[in-house]
Order: sequence, then structure tokens, then C-alpha cells
Amino acid sequence: MPDHLLEVRNLSVRFHTAQGVVNAVNDVSWHVDRGETLAILGESGSGKSVSSSAIMNLIDCPPGEIHSGEIWFDGKDLLTLSEEERRALNGKRIAMIFQDPLSHLNPVYTVGWQIAETVTAHGRPGQMARDRALELVRRVGIPNPEAALKKYPHQFSGGQRQRLMIAMALALKPDILIADEPTTALDVTVQAEVLTLLEELQAETGMGLVLITHDLGVVAESADRVVVMEGGKIVETGTPHEIYHAAKHPYTRKLIAAAPGQGEMRVPDETAEPILSCRNMKKSYGAFDALKGASFDLMAAETLAVVGESGSGKSTLARLILRLEEASGGEALWKGQDLLQMSPREMGKVRRQIQMVFQDPTQSLNPRMSVHDIISEAWVIHRDVLEKRRWRDRVVELLEQVGLEASHAGRYPHQFSGGQRQRIAIARALALEPDLIICDEAVSALDVSIQAQVIELLGRLRDELGIAFMFIAHDLPVVRDFADRVLVMKSGDIVEQGPVRRIFEDPREGYTQRLLAAGLDPDPEVQRQRREARLKLTA
Amino acid sequence: MQRMIGKRAISSLISLFGLIVLVFFLSRLTGDPSALFLPVDASEEMRQNFRELHGLNDPVLVQFGHYLGDLVRGDFGDSLRKARPALDVVLEAFVWTLQLAVITMTLVTVAAIVVGSVAAFKVGTKFDRVASLLSLIGASAPDFWIAIVAIVLFSVNLGWVPTSGTGSVWHWILPIAVLFIRPFGLILQVVRGSMLTALGSPYVKTARAKGVKNRPIIFVHTLRNAMLPVITVIGDQAAALLNGAVVVETIFGFPGVGKLMIDSILQRDFNVILAAIMVTALAIFLMNLLIDLAYALLDPRIRT
Amino acid sequence: MSATTAETTPAKPTPPAKRGYLGMLWADKFATFAAIFLIIVVFCALFGPLLLGDAASGQNLRARNAAPFTLERGFLYILGGDALGRPLLPRIVVAAQNTIMVAAGAVAASFLIGATLGLIAGYSRKILSEVIMRLADVIMSFPSLLLAVIVLYILEPSVGNLIIVLAITRIPIYLRTTRAEVLEVRERMFVQAAQVMGASTFRIVFRHILPVILPTLVTIATLDFAFVMLAESALSFLGIGIQPPEITWGLMVSQGRQYLTSAWWLAFWPGLVIILTTMSLNLLSSWMRVALDPTQRWRLEIGGKNA
Repeated sequence: MPDHLLEVRNLSVRFHTAQGVVNAVNDVSWHVDRGETLAILGESGSGKSVSSSAIMNLIDCPPGEIHSGEIWFDGKDLLTLSEEERRALNGKRIAMIFQDPLSHLNPVYTVGWQIAETVTAHGRPGQMARDRALELVRRVGIPNPEAALKKYPHQFSGGQRQRLMIAMALALKPDILIADEPTTALDVTVQAEVLTLLEELQAETGMGLVLITHDLGVVAESADRVVVMEGGKIVETGTPHEIYHAAKHPYTRKLIAAAPGQGEMRVPDETAEPILSCRNMKKSYGAFDALKGASFDLMAAETLAVVGESGSGKSTLARLILRLEEASGGEALWKGQDLLQMSPREMGKVRRQIQMVFQDPTQSLNPRMSVHDIISEAWVIHRDVLEKRRWRDRVVELLEQVGLEASHAGRYPHQFSGGQRQRIAIARALALEPDLIICDEAVSALDVSIQAQVIELLGRLRDELGIAFMFIAHDLPVVRDFADRVLVMKSGDIVEQGPVRRIFEDPREGYTQRLLAAGLDPDPEVQRQRREARLKLTA
Repeated sequence: MQRMIGKRAISSLISLFGLIVLVFFLSRLTGDPSALFLPVDASEEMRQNFRELHGLNDPVLVQFGHYLGDLVRGDFGDSLRKARPALDVVLEAFVWTLQLAVITMTLVTVAAIVVGSVAAFKVGTKFDRVASLLSLIGASAPDFWIAIVAIVLFSVNLGWVPTSGTGSVWHWILPIAVLFIRPFGLILQVVRGSMLTALGSPYVKTARAKGVKNRPIIFVHTLRNAMLPVITVIGDQAAALLNGAVVVETIFGFPGVGKLMIDSILQRDFNVILAAIMVTALAIFLMNLLIDLAYALLDPRIRT
Repeated sequence: MSATTAETTPAKPTPPAKRGYLGMLWADKFATFAAIFLIIVVFCALFGPLLLGDAASGQNLRARNAAPFTLERGFLYILGGDALGRPLLPRIVVAAQNTIMVAAGAVAASFLIGATLGLIAGYSRKILSEVIMRLADVIMSFPSLLLAVIVLYILEPSVGNLIIVLAITRIPIYLRTTRAEVLEVRERMFVQAAQVMGASTFRIVFRHILPVILPTLVTIATLDFAFVMLAESALSFLGIGIQPPEITWGLMVSQGRQYLTSAWWLAFWPGLVIILTTMSLNLLSSWMRVALDPTQRWRLEIGGKNA
């Protein structure tokens, strides 16, 4: 007999795919009890979500197959129950929330209806369901709850949608809540709020919480116990403190080492001359001001980090400088010439000096071109950079410079992993030997361990080649070890700028302070202090 | 919503005007218009009189002005063949086609949605395969050939239904059956594909995690989302049904607007053709409006 | 998903083109049969009149409405004879030329014009684009067959005019698809990456956008070929398409119609050939939708097990 409320025992799940049979999880066991928070930590492909999908009966068979194992809940093995018995547990005793609440909410029904459905689906009367929905929406902190019930998912912000998902999941006071990457798509400040809400609700109802995440910070903030997964297997279990300070498995140690924000901070060179001077740059879309007058200097060979949450205008700034969009006002002096006033011909010449690396390398590489064609396209466009007979050698040189191999030149983008693709994109940017590379969220789509490698590569290139970087990110820790200076943006304004050490150790603006306080540190001790500071700030 | 209808109306007006310009200039600039308007055996004197009467000797732009002026007053001229206002003749025939189209499209919509949804839910089963085969045949079938084969089989050999005309309920069966085939095949494909996409979507996962039963998942959560692309295709097919109506009405001697157009063309009754174009274009405009309304009704994201 | 998407697609060891399109065709048996049948049809269209032209027009009064399935009058009469005693099999073979030529001409013309206008409309995003789209609306606002009927009424119903009319009615299909795809593809990151690199508009359109949308267009063209063939057949059947003594399959059905009760084969065979050809095109088109899409291709590469 099981000793725990929910226990997964020796579970193995495999999937039949084009590449043959894939073992998604292999011999996985974990358990969770009332009032407890268990974190399942892993990178993409680690199988961290598979066991909870099995608990919720969400695995389609075929192609999936539960190969062996048991799932004990409240004294019964779920895998031996009928479909109908399992359906009756879903939502009532065990509930689940997902990443990306926009696509997980039905777009054509009101949120009130969708919350009430959890109640009616388990045979409760409609009036009761509606009353409960109102109560829940009020509890999760949606402003103007009566009106909110009649609205549709697209009319809410990302954070509000996740609150509504939580309300929906908790409608019947379940014993267990499984949260699959609940804060991943959210801004840092919103992430902290949602995690706090989950904790409060757990304290109120005494439910057990299973938190699936890739983020050590989330673990440090919320978990009582943590299970680390890699390649479908559990490599390590323990408390967050044990895992962080005394990790036994090499993978865990690697993961902890890769967490950003632990190295030395850089000191900007005060004597450098600016190569890009932006003054009062503006962009409006109709009545909406995306950028309200940005002014800053970027020095030669320095790294300027631009940090802000979604809607802060940081990507707009990059797009204006590169003339992917036309500015509504202001100037951007590149070595004395205004980029915003240049004719297409003049701009064409300057383009080889300013290159860009995009967020998602899957999308920024043409799927129908080989790596050789992708990199050498730069020289097709700018004929005078390199003679044609030297192209092949130079491509190999560049590939090796970014840590790939010569034999990769003939392959196509889909044959590489995400991290390798981003390296190809960097090699492409280097092909024109630019003075400035703008990285727009260049590492945020990558796994933490890959992220660290790419940042290290960029740092090496900066030191070797003397290239200036404008590094756009939504995450402060990522830029801490890499940037010379930091520029913090909010709602189209630059709220603060300065050397990296000043921003991190002595932030002057309230927003910067909040942003730093909301960031989650992988060290549970540091995180506890930070959390106290955060609560003081909000109080 | 009102702005959308307004935008739609303006773009439809432009389209209608374009159609008028096309027909007018094609008829005036590609030869002697009297050859188009009058029967083939008309005498030279008749043609001369005709030209005088209709100002065909005026400059083309002046003629176009007169032409538009008449149109605005709803004057399409008389049918040469029936010596009655052309518009009356067309409207009479149009009622027949409208009935045929409404009945057929209702049947098609219901059948395609039911069969397509079930096929998507039971993807890969025998039912799904048969449905896919049916839709393939339906989408490939030449309607005129199906029509005449059906006449031989069901009217001549088996004697179940009359070969042509109107009159009884039985007269409607073959025309509707033939018109049914193609849109059924095409819409079925779209319903199936759209349902498959919707069934695999994240909100279905959420509903399952909430403990919602299978039936409401299919008919409440999925169907309404899956209907959005389907509605567009239903609109296109309803308009395209007029293509089929030309063929089917001619073969079955059904007095609708399609047969009227072919007859008028063979007898060179130009005013009737023109009136038929206008009435059809207006009907299609109204139908597109209905489609837009249905879209807005189903999808709250479009309403705001 | 933003934090995980990049890593979820594993690096596949085998390049996609390795098995080749023939191998993928073989994986789908229906599509294989469709392709073979279409090759035969194209062969008939190219060489039919040369090889069987005389046999198809030779009248034999004793073979009037001769019944099919007998070798009494020779192999050419296996499918029977028509009202003037001409053998049906060679007539069907010869008629393939006009039928395919009209459809191919119309599809090629509408494809070229529609795709070009679509590229312009999708990439210029100015008044020009508006004008082009309104023109497409005018054509689309009216059922294509009716439009063809009206235009053929005013112009002469010749092969050339038929191609022009059918091409015009189909242009909007390619135009709208191309424009919609261009609008989508131009927002993709790799197009912006090319822009940042300083690529000219010409280079972006032809090197980056066109290769991505071409498979979709070819798939549509295959499907549309069937549609145009049916439209031409219907027009010829109604007597406003191809005029005798030229022949097409649709016209043959029309000519056989009056003998339907006494000699069903006159209208039956050409109709059957039409339906087989359109079905083959439909099958081939749905195969292409999978084969030309890198994300769908595995269905064929694993041998059609899950397809």
C-alpha cells in the first residue's frame, strides 16, 4: 500500500515516432503529499511533463504507450481504473494548469463559462457553478470580477490569463494541483506574483503542488523537494538546499553552474568613443506610443544590454536602428551619419557594419538553404567583401570560430539543435565583419545550459574581434556577466541607464529595484532574502 | 461590426461596378453590338433602327452614361424573347434557383459537418477511409456526366423519378442529388481537417484535465472552433453552386436562373443576361454578408 | 513555449531528400497509380492525334453506335463506335489533346499571372496592392463558370479564347494564395535577417520568399488543373466551349447525350476518363501536400505506415 497521497512508481512511457520508439520517461518514481510542493526540474526533452500527462490521462495511445509502472492516488492505482473513473477524478481531485494560458483557454467561450464548466462537468448545478466562478475570479485578483466573467480570454493580459487558469483548476478544491511551466511565458514581475498566489492558495486549501519547471530560480522560490530529470530519467532528488549546495550528479552540477549571474561584473572603458548615438527616438502605432523618446550612446567595442519586460519597446528600438521599421522621430547617428535619414542606397552600405542575431534560430535561418549558402549569402550581397574563390575556406573558418565543424557547411538548418542553429546565425552575422551586432533576445529561446555556452561564445568573440554588442533581453541575470552598461526600459521609456555594477548593486529607480527583486535566484538562501526584500517593496 | 459590413458593401459595390464595366465594354468594343442584342436572322434595316433607338452611334462614354442611368433606375430593358421586362423574367427564375440552392446547401452543410466530425474523431478507422474516398470522388466528379448517367439509371431504366421539369417533389430529387455531390466532397475535406486540428489543440487538453466528458469536448469545445474555416468554404461553395446550377438546370429542364442564362445566350437575349448578372451578384453579396455575420457570431475575437 | 521551442526539434541524422521523390511516391500507392495514369494521359495528349488521328475521324456506317467489348471490328472498336461509326477509343485518345491543352494553358497562364501579381501585391503593400486585390475581388465576386459563359457569348468560342477566359477566372486563386503566403513569409525572421544583411527586394522575393511558397502553389495548381478541366468540359457540354469538328471529352459526352438510352457508351466512356483524370489529379495533389512539406514528409519516409 502506498504511503503518499499521489505516488508514481517505476513509470515508463514510450512513444512510437518516425525515428523509431522513443523512451520518453524510464523507470520514474516520485510522490507528493498534502500541503507539499514538489518541483520536477529539467530542460526540454528531459521528459519532465510526461509523468503528469500520464496522471491526467492526457497521453494519446497510440503513438504513446505506458509501458510499465503504477500511479497510486488515494489508495487506488489510476492505471487500473476505467476511463470514466479517471475522468471523474480529473478537475475534481487532481487539477492541472499549463504554460501559455492563451492557447490553453478556449478562445470562443467566456472565461466565466469556462471556470463554471469545471463545476458543472462534475454534476453540480449551474447556479452554484456561477457563484463559485465569481468567488474564484475575485480570489485570484482579477479587477472588476463581475464584468471579467463575461469577457473572453483574448481580452486579458498574460498574467491575468494564468490567474484565470488557476481559478479554473481550483474550482472544486482539488487535492493535487499540477502546474506545468506556469510562469515561463510571463514577465519577471508577473512571474513572482503568480508564484506567490499559488503559494497562498496552497496554504488556504492544503493541496499538494507539483511544479514542473526548467528554472532553478522557481525551484528555489517555491519547492519543498525537487526531482531533477535528464533524458527521461531521474538523476537526483532532494531539498532545494541539498540540490543547490551538495549536488551529486554531474548533470545537476552542470545545470547549477550554467545559471546566469554568478561571474565577475565588467567595468566599462570610460575612454571609448561612441559609434552610435541615439537621440529622442520615437515610434507610434496610431495612438499607441511604442517608443517615447529614447536617447543613449553606444561606445565602440562595448556591450550595452537593453533590459525590459514585454511591451517595453526594447525590440522596437532595435528594429528602428536597423530600419526594419521607420521611426516616427528622433535621430540615430552612426559614426556621425543619421541612420534614420539615409537613402536605401546609403543604408545598404552601412548594413554590413551592423548585423543582427534574432531570438528564434529555427525561424531566422532559411530552411531551404544550406549552411554554406546561408553564411556566404552575405558576400553575394556585398560583392566587395571577399573574392568568390575564398568563400569556402572562410565559411569553414567562421564555423570553427563559433564552435562548429567544417563538415557542417553542407547541411541544412533542421539537422541542427537549437543551440547549434544559433551558432550558425552568429557565424552569418560575423561574415561581414561588422562593428556592431544587435542580439534581440538571442539566448532566451535556448535551454539554460545552452544559453551559458552561447553567451560565453559571444563574450569570446567580443574580446577577440572587438565587436560592439547591443544585447536585448527580458531577464536581468542573463546580462549581468556579459554587459558593460545596462539600459532599463519600461513602457517605451528608458527608466535608467548606467554601468552594470551600478545598476545591479545600486539601482536608483523604483522599477529597476522591483525588477531586480522579482528575479529569482537559483540559490535558495539568496532567494529567501530576496523574497523578504520583495515583500517589503510591495507592502 | 457595422464598419465591417460597410467595408464589405463598398468593396462589393466596386466589384459590381467592375463587372458592369467589363460586360459593357466587352459588348461595345468587340464588334457590332446589334449583333449581340438582336437575333442572328435580323435584317440590316432592323439593325439600323436598333442602333438609332439605343444610341449606339453615340460616343462610347456617352453610351456608358445612358447605360448606367438606366441601371440606376432599375431599368434593364425588355426581354426580346418574352416581350416582358427582363428583370421580371430573371426574378421569376431566380426564385426557383434560390429554393434549389438553399435546400441543397442545407443538406450539404449538415451532412458534411456530421460525417466530417465523426471521421475526424475516428481518424484512421474504416469510417474515416470511406468518408475520405467519398469526398475524393465528390470533389472530382463532372456534374454534367453524373446528371445524365443518373437520368439513364434512375429515370429511364428504373423509372423512379421523372427526367425533367418541375411539378412534384420527385422532380427535385435528382437535381438536388447531383448538385449535392461536389460541395459535399469539398466541405467534408475541410471539416475533417479542421476538426483534426481543433481536437489536437491545447484547449482540448485543458478540457480533458478539467474532467469534461467526450461528447461536450467534441460538440461544445471543438466544433465551434473548427467551424471557423469551414464557414468560409461553405460561403465559397454556395456561390459556386450557381456554376453547378447552370449545368444541372439545363440538363433537368429546371426553370432556374442558370437555364435562363444559357437559353438567353443561345437566343441572344442580352437584356436578360445582364439582369441575371446583376441579380446573381447581389445575391452573392448578401450571402457573403451572412457568412461574415456567422463568423462574428461564432468568434468573439472578430467582434471586438 | 518560448523558452523551450528551439530544443524540442531533435537534430535528425538523415537529410530529407535522400529517399528522393520517387521513393516517396512509391510509398503512397494511390498516388503512384494516379501518377502513372496521368503520364498515360499526357502521352495521349502529345502523340494521340499523330498516331490515331486518321482512325479517330474515319467513318464506318456499319459501325454506327457499335456496342463495346467486342473485337469483331478490331481492337479500336473495343469501347464501341459513335453515331457516325467512328471508333470511340481512338477518339478519346485524340480528344485528350484539346482537353489537356486547354486546361494546361489556362492553369499555366493563371499560375504565372496570378503568382506574379500576388508577389507584387504581397510585397509592395501600397496602392498598387489595393488595385490588384480589388481586381481579384471583381473576378471572384461572380461564379467562374457563369463569367466564362458570358465572355464566351461575346467573344468567339475558340481554343484560344477558352484558355484566356478560364485563365482569367482562375487568376484570383493564385493571386490570393501567393499574397497571403508572401505576407506571412515576409514577416518570418529569415526574411528580416536577409533585409538586415542588405539584400535587395529582388533577392528577397526570388531567393527567400518564392522557394518557400512554391510548393503550396504547385499543389494548388494540380488541384486547379482538375477544376479547369471540369469547367472546360462543362462549357463544351453546354455547347459554348470547343466547337465541332474539334473534340474534347466534354464535347463527346454532350454528343453522346442524345443516344443515351440506346447507346450509353457514347457518353459514358469520355465521362469516365474525365473522372479518372480529375481523381488522379486530386490524389497527386494531396500526396504533394505531404511530400513537399518538410514537416509532413516523414509520413511518407517511414513507408506510409501512419499516413
